[in-house]
Amino acid sequence: MIFKSRTVRFATTASLALLIGGLAACGNGTTPAPDTTNATSEPAASASSDVEGEVLIDGSSTVFPISEAMAEEFGIENPGVNVTVNLSGSGGGFKKFCADETDISNASRPIKDEEAALCEEAGIEFIEIPVAYDGLTVVVNPDNDWAQCLTVDQLNAMWSPEAEEAGVSNWNQVDPSFPDQALALFGPGSDSGTFDYFTEAVNGDGGVSRGDYQASEDDNLIVNGVQSEVGGIGYFGYAYYEENKASLQSAQIQNEAGECIAPTFETIADGSYNPMSRPLFYYVKLSSYEEKPQVKAFADYMIDPANGGLIADVGYIPLPDEDVSASQARLTEKKTGKDPQ
Amino acid sequence: MDVNEPTGGLEQSPEFVQDLEGRYRLDAIFEFATWAATAIAIGVLAWLLISVLIDGLGTLDWQFITSFPSRKAERAGILPALQGTILLMVVVATFSFPLGVGAAIYLEEFATDNWFTRVVEILIGNLAGVPSIIYGLLGLTVFLRLFSDITQGPTILSGGLTLTLLILPVVIVATRESLRAVPDSTRLAGFALGANRWQVVWSHVLPAAMPGVMTGMILALSRAIGDTATLLVTGAAAFIPFSPDGFLSRYTALPIQIYNWASRPQAEFHNLAASGIIVLMAVLLIMNTTAVVLRNKFQQRS
Repeated sequence: MIFKSRTVRFATTASLALLIGGLAACGNGTTPAPDTTNATSEPAASASSDVEGEVLIDGSSTVFPISEAMAEEFGIENPGVNVTVNLSGSGGGFKKFCADETDISNASRPIKDEEAALCEEAGIEFIEIPVAYDGLTVVVNPDNDWAQCLTVDQLNAMWSPEAEEAGVSNWNQVDPSFPDQALALFGPGSDSGTFDYFTEAVNGDGGVSRGDYQASEDDNLIVNGVQSEVGGIGYFGYAYYEENKASLQSAQIQNEAGECIAPTFETIADGSYNPMSRPLFYYVKLSSYEEKPQVKAFADYMIDPANGGLIADVGYIPLPDEDVSASQARLTEKKTGKDPQ
Repeated sequence: MDVNEPTGGLEQSPEFVQDLEGRYRLDAIFEFATWAATAIAIGVLAWLLISVLIDGLGTLDWQFITSFPSRKAERAGILPALQGTILLMVVVATFSFPLGVGAAIYLEEFATDNWFTRVVEILIGNLAGVPSIIYGLLGLTVFLRLFSDITQGPTILSGGLTLTLLILPVVIVATRESLRAVPDSTRLAGFALGANRWQVVWSHVLPAAMPGVMTGMILALSRAIGDTATLLVTGAAAFIPFSPDGFLSRYTALPIQIYNWASRPQAEFHNLAASGIIVLMAVLLIMNTTAVVLRNKFQQRS
């Protein structure tokens, strides 16, 4: 009996010691990454392949696919640099950015004044760089034959807080010419930059919306919801519409010139799809850009026109050439602050 | 024959109705109800497994296991997430076992029964039911911000420590239950031979309770491995194109990677998410099998 329990004791102690020892051994495992220099023909890799270190990115889930594509390609050319991308949402990203926890923050809307103030308080200067366009796409059920072209006023009649107070729950309350059909609203949650941008465009004030709609952080649920309800209507980024064209239809939006415009690559790029086309941003921390060569290399890589193809690859609309040059100028001249000019 | 009719000979109290047929019917109904409960549970599980296997088996191959994530579905793999999850579990097991079992031994074997221990007991019971996002926020404040010099921010160590907090109440409760199941005669025999409390606990009570403790650990680790909310808050990244190189490395984990793929617009990524679920279940199965083998070893010894 004594012998047996000693074995148990020994086994337990030994395995614990092993585990803790292993933990300690791996604790400071910051092994320098191998310095593999591979000069590829890609012009964007301009002599940056010997940099190493970490680049920390967080922010909008809308911009995530762009950063992910950039990080993937950049990582192939610069094996010494570890780029991590996270998706806490535009607002969540700025919180971390201004707490000095990330180098670059992705956003699907411009930084808000109170967020900029938070950064200033923490002594964090940033460079705002527009990187691409996205078209907020309003989608309806494929069987919907009445909402072919919607005006901002009609959208406002559906989504404003007043609509909730007035109990708007039928299409014919939005416009008398619409049929008697229950209105089912689907949209992203309030942490999303898409929500901020849509409410800004439709309700005139970012973040103000009726609350009694089906909110979801997962755009696929919005797709499912609109598919299953004849009177369903929802909104999300253009990339989701591209992938679900077969089972949804997009509503045309009447722009400021009074024309009905459907979202396409062309209409979003040339600005005629307004007010629903929006710029997407990177916010680069100035101190990281100046002091960390890997952050500088990655930021320069992201706005290199040679890599604009990656943006189209993941379903977004690259900036026109002159805007790319403006973005590059902001970075090289280190123009800090919100919307500098 | 009518069973309700008194069957002569034996005196029966007037309140007693013999209704044999009715009682057997009730028996059958109850049996069916329990069977149905089991069938529904298994049915849902089978449905889940089958739909995941149908979606995920097609894209599950060696290349998927050994590749880094990518924006292109056909190139994407799960390697960093798999490594991240394994390292996380090492951290969680290393810390939650001694801390959880230690606390349980103190409360069950050493502490006197006073208001303080009773309050601690109630608190631990309640902590077991706190949503994991709350633990995530706690971990964010404590491990990521307060102890950032030690944990280096959002690293495997801080994620693992937060998960440890999450499962500690489960480990403590399970360990206490199994300690309580050890008959008092074992302790008294030890004391009678002149052993002190420490010797009795270490060489008799704990080995006897070990199978139960291991079961508790299995359940707790299973909760930790699938937890997503905690890791989302404590900074597991969504895209990591490199292998974690230690416990102070940035990381991602299987549930995060699955969540990320499942929320993509492209259907190919939804299939990858299903493949990821299969990998996660395989890891869980391996972990549980190991624990069951260990438990059986302890059971034979004590």
